[in-house]
Amino acid sequence: MSKVDLAQFHKAFHEESLDGLDAMEQALLALDEGSDDPELINVVFRAAHSIKGGAATFGFTDVAAFTHVAENLMDEVRSGRRPMEKAVVELLLRSGDTVRDMLSLSMAGQPAATPESQALLAELSAMVSGGSAAPVAAAKAAAPAETVESWDITFRPFDYLLKTGNDPARMFRELGALGPLRVECDASKLPSLADMDASSSYLGWSLHLDAGAKRAAVEGVFDWVDGDCELNLAPRIAAPTPAPAPAAAPAAPAAPRAVRDPAANSEASSVRVGIEKIDTLINLVGELVITQSMLSQFQDGVDESQLEMLRDGLAQLGRHTRELQESVMSIRMLPISTVFNRFPRLVRDLAQKLDKKVVLDLRGETTELDKTVLEKIGDPLVHLVRNAIDHGLEVPAKRLAAGKGDTGTLRMEAFHRGGAIVVEVADDGAGLNREAIVAKAVQRGIIASGDGMSDDAVAELIFEAGFSTAAATTDLSGRGVGMDVVRRNVMDLGGTVAIRSTQGSGTTFTITLPLTLAIIDGLTAAVAEETYIVPLVSIVESVQVQPDGVRSVVGGGELFRFRDQWLPIVRLFDVFGCQGKRPPVDEGIVIVVEGEGTRIGLFVDELIGQQQAVVKSLEANYRRVAGVSGATILADGSVALIVDVAGLIRMQARRKAA
Amino acid sequence: MAKILAVDDSASMRSMVAFTLRGAGHDVEEAENGQAALDTAGNHKFDLILADVNMPVMDGISMVREIRTRPGYSGVPILMLTTESNPEKKMEGKAAGATGWLVKPFDPDQLLATVARVLG
Repeated sequence: MSKVDLAQFHKAFHEESLDGLDAMEQALLALDEGSDDPELINVVFRAAHSIKGGAATFGFTDVAAFTHVAENLMDEVRSGRRPMEKAVVELLLRSGDTVRDMLSLSMAGQPAATPESQALLAELSAMVSGGSAAPVAAAKAAAPAETVESWDITFRPFDYLLKTGNDPARMFRELGALGPLRVECDASKLPSLADMDASSSYLGWSLHLDAGAKRAAVEGVFDWVDGDCELNLAPRIAAPTPAPAPAAAPAAPAAPRAVRDPAANSEASSVRVGIEKIDTLINLVGELVITQSMLSQFQDGVDESQLEMLRDGLAQLGRHTRELQESVMSIRMLPISTVFNRFPRLVRDLAQKLDKKVVLDLRGETTELDKTVLEKIGDPLVHLVRNAIDHGLEVPAKRLAAGKGDTGTLRMEAFHRGGAIVVEVADDGAGLNREAIVAKAVQRGIIASGDGMSDDAVAELIFEAGFSTAAATTDLSGRGVGMDVVRRNVMDLGGTVAIRSTQGSGTTFTITLPLTLAIIDGLTAAVAEETYIVPLVSIVESVQVQPDGVRSVVGGGELFRFRDQWLPIVRLFDVFGCQGKRPPVDEGIVIVVEGEGTRIGLFVDELIGQQQAVVKSLEANYRRVAGVSGATILADGSVALIVDVAGLIRMQARRKAA
Repeated sequence: MAKILAVDDSASMRSMVAFTLRGAGHDVEEAENGQAALDTAGNHKFDLILADVNMPVMDGISMVREIRTRPGYSGVPILMLTTESNPEKKMEGKAAGATGWLVKPFDPDQLLATVARVLG
């Protein structure tokens, strides 16, 4: 009959299920904190219910079976048969995690029932009253087989039947499809025309179906009007036959699982965009079209009297282009709440595990970030939060002894500052322990001694590779990921991490991120015939170097003195194999750049200016090139390469080591 | 061809229903809860409404009860999309004025067969 491929709805199902699980988790956490809002219970129930329905519809039977039991548990709570106790919340939280895993397995075309999910399913089933989950379709007792020759049916609808949308004529057509049908109408109850209500039913019928149709089929015609009519179904039986031995449960045909087309399952990521953003776009494009038609009247030349108008038109074009750019960029922007949402659960679990009292204060959740940035900022934030609860916040007794409340506060806040997004993770815990950090850094050989180091400089030490101050490595933080990785992840996103700590009153990490990765602010620089762009975020300073401030080192390298350091000079001319004249060191400019905690000087012929560059992927259009992170198109239509500062620093480090 | 309103809070279910019915030549509008359905039904006349039971904002049962009071919707077929775990919902739906039901999970063929049954 229909040729509808259900696989096309899998992605939508997956996405809405994840949304449902997030809503469920938030509701469970609110319930856990003592809220008695009945709508929260409904939210949890509805999530389980919807996922079960969708999973069954789209063929994910393992997920359907699991969520069915979770739904039953929630149904007990909803109907008041079971209190929403800690154990239930706990089990449902774990169930949500499991369903998330099962869904991603299902989407990958793998069986979703794992030993873990089966174990949890057993726990859920044990909790649902009666212990075992009743099988969904209980086998009906086999009725003795009847050999029906024909059916006599009397049917008299109650007067309101038509109002329910059921129509006797339609039902007779259905019966007629089962075999030859004879219909006799009983109009004896028909009132006089004056008393008749067109939407009421006054007729009755005697029907004779001359076919040995199955009882289920005949009953099926009337199932929707059960209770809305007088109905008598009388089969005429031929000769009773002995009941056959109950047929073994029909061997479910082991339908071979459709082999999933891997292409159909591709992880093409998508963005859900609010309709108002689309409307804005359409509006802007409309205005652009008007401006274009206004400008098009000048295509045959402009006389002086029209100059004013032309100027206005061009100004308008400029404004619309800028607005259109902002508006298109905003499509990639999602609220940071999509990342923040996972933290209430994480904080709760960690606090419970460590016997600490923590209140999570989330702020600025509607602040929007580029989707790519959002996807990559989650892990660093998780690390900072783990650290804050594990190392920063104290246990209640210690807090009370320090004259603070027994409950610590963890604040996560996102906001705009300048052209950047700032995300802060702040705790009101003990603050960094200067002595412990210095001792550790000395022990690790990172510094010789802490004498004379400012507090800020000491705090910076925790970003050094392999640094950890926890006296005992707990299973929470000691995961082999240090603050150095956090800093690197953030820098990969073109951002920075700063730390501010006050002993006794807490620590604040401030992550500054670019609004988008698709556009960067850069410094354009000329090297021979080429133009290169150096991202502004990595630039420390640009300096002119005198020949006597440069030292040559063995192997052909050059160093120059920058404040109290000797930094290597990296000549873009050499790195990119430019053609032409290689200027002496005093005829160019050195741009001091920093990446991953290391500084180098990039030598260029001259600085051209500062501009925004729309980043085009070099990999997508050509191939990966060492030392280049992308390309952009300049105003004159030529291509400029964007320098990969971190990559150049790594190249320089390798050369030094070689 | 009939004008059909599909009401479900699950976008995937809604698109499955709408896609299947459109493929069969019907004109389908979608609504994501009972309240949205009432709003849509106020602007267009539908030949058939398919409604999920459990939805936020306004559930399917309340929607049926409400829509039956609207002029022009007295005898319009309304089918509830219920789940087998909720047989009592069938009766609740009927009491509210629903025509019949389609039990979830259903596949596109079952959907088309049931719709054909109501539209005659």
